[in-house]
Amino acid sequence: MPDFEPVLLRRIEKKASPWLDAYRTDGGYRALEKALSSMTPAQVVDEVKNSGLRGRGGAGFPTGVKWTFLPKDHPGPIYLCVNADESEPCTFNNRILMEEDPHQVLEGILLASYATKASTAYIYLRYEYGKSLRHLQKAIDELHAANLLGQNILGKGFNLDVYLHRGAGAYICGEETGLIESLEGKRGWPRIKPPFPAVEGAFRKPTVVNNIETLACVTHVIDRGADWLKTIGIAPDPKNPRDAGSYGPKLYCISGHVDKPCCVELPLGISVRELVDKHGGGVWKGRKAKGCIPGGISMGIMTEKEFDTPLDFNGPGKVGCLGLGTAAVTIFDEQTSIVDVLYNICRFFAHESCGQCTPCREGTGWMYKIMERMRRGQGRLEDLQILDEVGKSIGIMPGTTICGLADGAGWPVKNAIAKFRGELEDWIRKGKKSEHRTRVGRMT
Amino acid sequence: MAIVYVNDKPVDIGGERLNVIQAAGRAGVFIPHYCWHPALSVVASCRMCLVEVGEKKPDGAVAMQPRVVPGCQTPAKDGTVIVTNSAKAQGAQQQTLESLLLNHPLDCPVCDKAGECLLQDFSYRYGKATSRMIDEKNQPPNKDYIGEHITLFADRCILCSRCVRFTREVSGAAELQVVSRGHHSEIDIFPGEPLNNKLAGNVVDLCPVGALCSKDFLYKQRVWFLKSKNSVCPLCSTGCSIHVDANKDIVYRLRPRENPQAQGHFMCDEGRFDIGYINARDRLKGPLVRQGVRQVAVSWESVIFGLRNDLLDAARREGKSVAAVVSPYLTCEEAYLLAKFTKGMSPEARLYLGWVPVQGEDDTYPKDRQGRPLQPVKFTIRAEKCPNRRGVEEILKHFQGEVLYFDRALEAAGAGEFYALYLTGGYPPRLGEWLPATVVAKLAKVPLLIVQDMFPSAAQRAAKYVLPASSFAEKDGCFVNHAGLAQAIHWAVRPGSLARTDGQIFLDLMERRGLVHAETLRKELAMEAPFFAPLRDGVLGDLGIRLAV
Repeated sequence: MPDFEPVLLRRIEKKASPWLDAYRTDGGYRALEKALSSMTPAQVVDEVKNSGLRGRGGAGFPTGVKWTFLPKDHPGPIYLCVNADESEPCTFNNRILMEEDPHQVLEGILLASYATKASTAYIYLRYEYGKSLRHLQKAIDELHAANLLGQNILGKGFNLDVYLHRGAGAYICGEETGLIESLEGKRGWPRIKPPFPAVEGAFRKPTVVNNIETLACVTHVIDRGADWLKTIGIAPDPKNPRDAGSYGPKLYCISGHVDKPCCVELPLGISVRELVDKHGGGVWKGRKAKGCIPGGISMGIMTEKEFDTPLDFNGPGKVGCLGLGTAAVTIFDEQTSIVDVLYNICRFFAHESCGQCTPCREGTGWMYKIMERMRRGQGRLEDLQILDEVGKSIGIMPGTTICGLADGAGWPVKNAIAKFRGELEDWIRKGKKSEHRTRVGRMT
Repeated sequence: MAIVYVNDKPVDIGGERLNVIQAAGRAGVFIPHYCWHPALSVVASCRMCLVEVGEKKPDGAVAMQPRVVPGCQTPAKDGTVIVTNSAKAQGAQQQTLESLLLNHPLDCPVCDKAGECLLQDFSYRYGKATSRMIDEKNQPPNKDYIGEHITLFADRCILCSRCVRFTREVSGAAELQVVSRGHHSEIDIFPGEPLNNKLAGNVVDLCPVGALCSKDFLYKQRVWFLKSKNSVCPLCSTGCSIHVDANKDIVYRLRPRENPQAQGHFMCDEGRFDIGYINARDRLKGPLVRQGVRQVAVSWESVIFGLRNDLLDAARREGKSVAAVVSPYLTCEEAYLLAKFTKGMSPEARLYLGWVPVQGEDDTYPKDRQGRPLQPVKFTIRAEKCPNRRGVEEILKHFQGEVLYFDRALEAAGAGEFYALYLTGGYPPRLGEWLPATVVAKLAKVPLLIVQDMFPSAAQRAAKYVLPASSFAEKDGCFVNHAGLAQAIHWAVRPGSLARTDGQIFLDLMERRGLVHAETLRKELAMEAPFFAPLRDGVLGDLGIRLAV
């Protein structure tokens, strides 16, 4: 395969890449002008739907299809919520887009708002992203000055306001209804569905929630056409009628025990091995990898043997992982104990569970306590049974919780027990203790 | 018509919009639940009501959903199949219970809720006997600052959020909230903003476990010693249906009883916590008769005999110089007896409606944080602070064609029109001294003043005969609320050893034999007064009977 020419990241190395003049020089807002002057909103929706673009936030839902769920002829207002609460551990692709090329994202927001007839867009920004906040705000101000935001944009009678809303540092606010609740000023507790946000979302009005990277892709889909996207990535599996394919470029984050942690843009479907060896500079210190987290820790754990799995929307599922997730690969080397990995994961989810549904609230806490004990060398073999049971019983998939956080909390645990059972049992039998004394922060 | 299949049993739910819990209830199948409450919004977060559901197609095939669903959030429609007894559904419920008990302390022996705790009950019926957790439990601190009447044992809380939703949706000021996250979530107030609204006590009943407790009831009684009687709160004309929980002739607490015809699900704190007077030491215990300047205790036999003769003498001399003031705290049956006795002595004897206490304006909830009432109204505390004005008025209308009000009785007494005045009270002391000194001075001019009341007062000291009145918790009968709903009250405690109930006194004065039997008297009243005709069976049931629209 010839070297892939980056699309989303093509401008980030350039001088003054975040600002409007440079962006326009590079052909920025061409897609917006095209859409506003020659396309109806329905045509924009169709274009995105035909391109097969799937959401980059984790679940991989077809973006164009999501837009069609909005009620027809709604008197408004309709809201667009932009999910920039990038809180999945090991994931930093949205951050690069927002810091280095905010206009690309904002153009996507304008296009999506035009397509969905949204009059207001809220960017729900992760609290920790200060630079993103400054750059996005400056970019929004530039747009207002250039009549690309506000009333009667480009004289085409299209109005849009964009507001930046800074979160308060909660993982659950990346869940779309948790985000909406938080945006409304409430506690970030995911809502029960139905009604889905497309029918009743922010402020009880129809709402579309899209990820930053998805919207950046929308810019290029409109600019270059639906067929362009289909030249990149992997076509649907003809044997699987429910497969929507994995088209388009994707920002892969590589972190953990690699020589060169980075974020690279590649066509969907690259394998972990290629990512690590070719782009991440190989496993650090000349060691071998033990396994990896394929797409943010909620997607489960892959062993080294499974590294040839393609990272598209279907690949990770074939080796027992939850899905592609955010495509943020974290490698851990052969000297890392799986107990430490699991402990860290369980600690994260116990801390981030919102506490609404009993199985998740108590289950994540219980798993954390068990892992805490296990890494002190006081694990019991029956603990593995409990972990497996809890891991499998919490989440939307078994039907015991409202949102998917618990699925993500349970998945790595049950993956680890299925794939690293020998190592865990050995650890428990020998009463090993973790070499890492650090217990970062205090759980509150 | 809509047929729902609950564990293979078909049940017709008609055209009602029910959720799976309610539909299963129609088929006699109980689905355990914590967070769902019919008066509050659905959050589907406790995950106790997990069941399997599916749909029966017209061709008879059943398509089950692959995952368990919360019954509270799932609507029941025609053809819905509900399975509660499968291994999957029961496994899910068992797992939820195990989760809930992970951090729940085993302090049932000292917990107020033990015996009526849903966590105990459901664990026994749907859970496991042992916990598999060997790690330390979370022990959040207890919070006795939640409110004037409310304390929180945070470690017992199962985060069903009923209390939080109650303060947001029914009482309105949203004092309670969830703080912290995950398994460290706790219920708390905003610092310095305690839960002190007039509906606050309801969170104690709503709490399915022993987390929110009433400071008033705390450590007073084990609930299994309490005997519960259905009754009606007498403190305002809303007439909330209640349970009176008593043991050994002491009333320990009042709890609201669900009655869609009366108030709904809740009751206010004014009524709930006003029980101290029932067992107060200074209540009038037996009859007193004036001898010279002193009132002395005498036997019931002699006081009934003397009083009857005095009244009959007066009525024989001049019928219209005899009058009775019928308190709105009397039951319909008692008011009927008193009216019948008075009119029986002389048709010219007059009947007056007793003092109707009115305090401020009707108080509606929810209220926002500034105390402004909001729509739609979910609960009303009425300004009229008595339970039976409506019933007494109807009885007076029947016996003398019109209702004479209390101020006219006082005017007439001041003008010296009465030789004999039978004054009934029975007002709870929180309403204040109901006869000011100036009024008592007027009443003192009545030569034969009879005062039937619960507590010593200036009027009582001016009386010739003093009879002890009984509280609502000591008698049987019925009250008619502001909307014309007749509801039964039942005695929960006995009046003191020397006291008789109001009805018994009237019965004795009328020289009718036997003890008061409310049902018989009610039938009699229904035969006589057309307004009360719907009560002709004498039985009111738990929800009461509406007498007027």
